[in-house]
Amino acid sequence: MSDEHAGLLADSLGVSRGGRLLIDGLSFELEAGQAALITGPNGSGKTSLLRVLAGLAPPASGSVTWAATEVRRLAPESRAEIAYRGHLNGLKKDLTVRENLEFHRSLNGSEAPIDELVGTLGLAAVSGQRLRYLSAGQRRRAGLATLKLGAARLWLLDEPLTNLDIAGRRLVAQWIDEHLDTGGMAAIASHQPDQLAGGGSLAIEL
Amino acid sequence: MLDVFLTILNRDLKLAYRRWSEFANPLLFFVIVTSLFPLALSPGQALLQTIGTGVLWVAALLSSLLALEGLFRGDFDDGSMEQILLSPAPFGIVVIAKIAAHWVVSGIPLIVLVPVVALSFQLPSEALATLAAALLLATPTLSVLSAIGAALTVSLKSGGSIIGLLVLPLCSPMLIFGTRATDLAANGEPVAAPLYLLAALAVFALSLGPLAVAAALRVGLE
Repeated sequence: MSDEHAGLLADSLGVSRGGRLLIDGLSFELEAGQAALITGPNGSGKTSLLRVLAGLAPPASGSVTWAATEVRRLAPESRAEIAYRGHLNGLKKDLTVRENLEFHRSLNGSEAPIDELVGTLGLAAVSGQRLRYLSAGQRRRAGLATLKLGAARLWLLDEPLTNLDIAGRRLVAQWIDEHLDTGGMAAIASHQPDQLAGGGSLAIEL
Repeated sequence: MLDVFLTILNRDLKLAYRRWSEFANPLLFFVIVTSLFPLALSPGQALLQTIGTGVLWVAALLSSLLALEGLFRGDFDDGSMEQILLSPAPFGIVVIAKIAAHWVVSGIPLIVLVPVVALSFQLPSEALATLAAALLLATPTLSVLSAIGAALTVSLKSGGSIIGLLVLPLCSPMLIFGTRATDLAANGEPVAAPLYLLAALAVFALSLGPLAVAAALRVGLE
């Protein structure tokens, strides 16, 4: 069955950090249009789990496969289908908002229009400013904007609502809904799961 | 592949330009250290000529260590590195582009600066072209070796001093052939052999180094 699985499949996954096993024997699968909401107290391994799902770190046991391929052995085209946004925004402080987004766009070989995106995020007025001079919330918005610059089908988001104001949270929730409606998948670690895509999503409690 | 290379190169050069002091400091350090030697030793022409080559090469090597830690540290700390690693861009090309950018901002200025400073050591003018050529061949190797050191220590809180211990011993062949070429030229002898050896080192470092750097960065991100 796992051979034809087109989505994300975690099979009796074990996740450790610093030699300590945080998660053991976790199995779940995600298919088109599905989201997994990962909740749990601080230190329960949410970030470590997402990093393993993204293929940044190896699992302690078990396996993670994307479209039937081990996630750490994906070909570049398939790797582009997975987007991971962690605590760090992955943006350069000494580049402007626009330059940062342009960099991510060409890194992902995408042609998405940046002007429109910057407008939607309410960053139009500061798009020529270096990131260094922006607030934490504005940086977060710019970091999440890069999600729209790739063609990822699976979004792995670590506390995406941190630092965002109410409008920002609503926008992110709306993006996730749209993403799921168009056949995308998401695994989201959050302390505010009620503010994010709720309907029919998989709950993973650590 | 070429657009990935150019994208990274362009970004890194832009960042270097905006934080130019980070790259100007090692060059100033080089100028100051080399000008201390004539002050501390007797400024006689014969002595300066004898020690000049060695002082220039060692000072160039030490000064290049200063700019080295930031090679991957910035991308590592702000999460850019994980985004790049997870992107469809071939990681080996990214590493080569970053090394190339490092060479442009730290290697090329040395190639220009060292022969100028060499004048104050009264090195014969015939030797200056050879000195520049030797640096042109040696600085890419130096950038690759620096990148290996920086990649291996990127997950440590402060890798500064360890990088020196890792990188400097590996630089010794370069130092030997570089000073040898310069000395031979100063005595009016043929310099082809040490230059060829420097070129061989550069080819060796450039072909295998990026693989080692990419592997070290992957491990560093885990």
